[in-house]
Amino acid sequence: MGTFELLLQGLSVALDPVILLYAVIGVVLGTAVGVLPGIGPALTVALLLPVTYGLDPAGSLIMFAGIYYGAMYGGSTTSILLNTPGESASIVTALEGNKMARAGRGGPALATAAIGSFVAGLLATLALAFLAPHVVKLALVFGPREYFALMVLAFVTVSAAFGDSALKGLTSLFVGLALALVGIDGLTGQARLSFGVPQLLDGIEVTTLAVAMFAVGEALFVAAQGLRVDKVHEIKGSVRMTGQDWSRSWRAWLRGTAIGFPIGAMPAGGADIASFLSYGAEKRFSRYPQEFGHGAIEGVAGPEAANNAAAAGTLVPLLTLGLPTTATAAIMLAGFQQFGLQPGPLLFATSPQLVWGLIASLLIANVMLLVLNLPLIRLWVKLLSIPRPWLYAGILLFATLGTIGVNPSPVELGMLMIFGIMGYLMRLHGYPIAPVVVGLILGPMAEQQLRRALSIAQGDWTTLISTPVAAGILLLAAIAFVVPLVLRLRGKGKILAQIAGEED
Amino acid sequence: MNQVSGETGRRPVGAAFIVAAGLAALGALLIWQGSIIPDKGGYAGIGSGGMPKFVGWGLVALAIGHIVTGLRHSAQPHDQQMLVPVLLIITGLALQLFLLKPLGFSVASGLLFACTAAAFGKRNLVLTLLIGIGFAFVVYGLFDQLLRLNLPAGLLENLIFGG
Repeated sequence: MGTFELLLQGLSVALDPVILLYAVIGVVLGTAVGVLPGIGPALTVALLLPVTYGLDPAGSLIMFAGIYYGAMYGGSTTSILLNTPGESASIVTALEGNKMARAGRGGPALATAAIGSFVAGLLATLALAFLAPHVVKLALVFGPREYFALMVLAFVTVSAAFGDSALKGLTSLFVGLALALVGIDGLTGQARLSFGVPQLLDGIEVTTLAVAMFAVGEALFVAAQGLRVDKVHEIKGSVRMTGQDWSRSWRAWLRGTAIGFPIGAMPAGGADIASFLSYGAEKRFSRYPQEFGHGAIEGVAGPEAANNAAAAGTLVPLLTLGLPTTATAAIMLAGFQQFGLQPGPLLFATSPQLVWGLIASLLIANVMLLVLNLPLIRLWVKLLSIPRPWLYAGILLFATLGTIGVNPSPVELGMLMIFGIMGYLMRLHGYPIAPVVVGLILGPMAEQQLRRALSIAQGDWTTLISTPVAAGILLLAAIAFVVPLVLRLRGKGKILAQIAGEED
Repeated sequence: MNQVSGETGRRPVGAAFIVAAGLAALGALLIWQGSIIPDKGGYAGIGSGGMPKFVGWGLVALAIGHIVTGLRHSAQPHDQQMLVPVLLIITGLALQLFLLKPLGFSVASGLLFACTAAAFGKRNLVLTLLIGIGFAFVVYGLFDQLLRLNLPAGLLENLIFGG
């Protein structure tokens, strides 16, 4: 069966009223958390995991994907109107978008962000649909050593390649890997690092860690900065774009998509990196380079398209290989596992309804998001006027609710508190958070693949580079590790520091 | 990094050494734990203890890296941190942790809510506590009664929903 028929089948799943409802909840929540500074998609999915335990798997996963997409849309609103990115992939949007808002052109900036997100989301989701079956075929020839190599590549890109210091990124990653070792070894059943505490035998929950680091850590950090007031720029006039806006935007949208999708699809970092690269490209290609820094519309259109395309791209390795490359994807993987589903080539064979329903839902979610974000934009802006005491008190209440719902033990809540404080200290000293989460979830997977590969080769370590694919991926990982190191030594680290990945 | 590095950032250069000490301690713990596991490597040659030892040595290497950079550079100073709000939130989390079982979800979470609101400048505790308990109670009703999440009930919850 061709991709097209499968997609049509998926659409029939996605158009089921109950599934549509899940998608609506997902995109509305996603837009809301995207708009609100301080909470992002990774945290929201983590908070919802325990709640969806008893619900329909397909619906829940569609809701999670809707949150991811929605957050990419909503983040731009905060960046443009508040100059504080609503989520990390919208940091660059703030550069030009907020300048436009100050000049009274906030409306067109929001419009080009929303329409650009729509165009990119649609194209990238279609690319996902047509690319995924091919990657699945490729994945079938992958053995443990290829998977191990891919995970090493993901480790390097998420921790060492970007950000202001490879040392700090690697430190975060290794702390995540260390935490991942707590509990029962999946291959031999040996208890490790549990120190006789029975609750530790289950290992450290990804959701507890993610909620603690992202929600509690962020709340502590924001509280520690003291009271500040950010100024919201009103949307003046119409959100309609002029003819010139259109003609300047559409190329940027397409370029952003072309940059974002491959970045997301390869284990090369998430949406934030894509949006930075797109911004750089727009600056270079623009016919109005002098406007950059003063509110160039391309500087909003390109990155916003790129971050949505990258979000769709991230789903390629997640669905086809079971390989999460961002914190949000890592938590979505935990979501799949909660329902007893293991993403990977097999999922396309065993649950085609679910996979294609999910992909088709994303197409529908994009249409919903365009409606939510253009005509209803003024409603979302109201969210920004929630006073911060109530906002963060509510966030912390929901953060603990998730943990209490899964396991109301003092040990679990104690871990939430300790990891929260750790998250605060890491933020304070500039250590990235995402590598900890990715290390926690990918660590055990990488260990198992490594030990399997070595078992097959009877302990011969050269097996890891004995196929061209595995050797090539490991070489790529080495390049991704060494090149930024050299760049930093030669004093070009500033660019890399800007591309720091925070959350997705 | 490690929770032992609870310094306030008055001496930014010192931070790298504290982090290094924490990393080295964690690394040593992993190496020790990895080496007391009876390692039946089997066909692979590495067993359950291999990974803890590898991660442990990695952490030790990172600790050395921190010492080297700590000696060579002075870390960038960060903004002055307000300690009171941070302690307020941590107090709220601790109160919730200890009072969850005896007082139930709504009251314990209401306390967390009030403490957090206080950390962000709303110091009228009577008001925020009432709002917090009310809000937490609505959340309890929604998630425990409707979505069947199992939240600890206290006197208040049992009184209204009848246990």
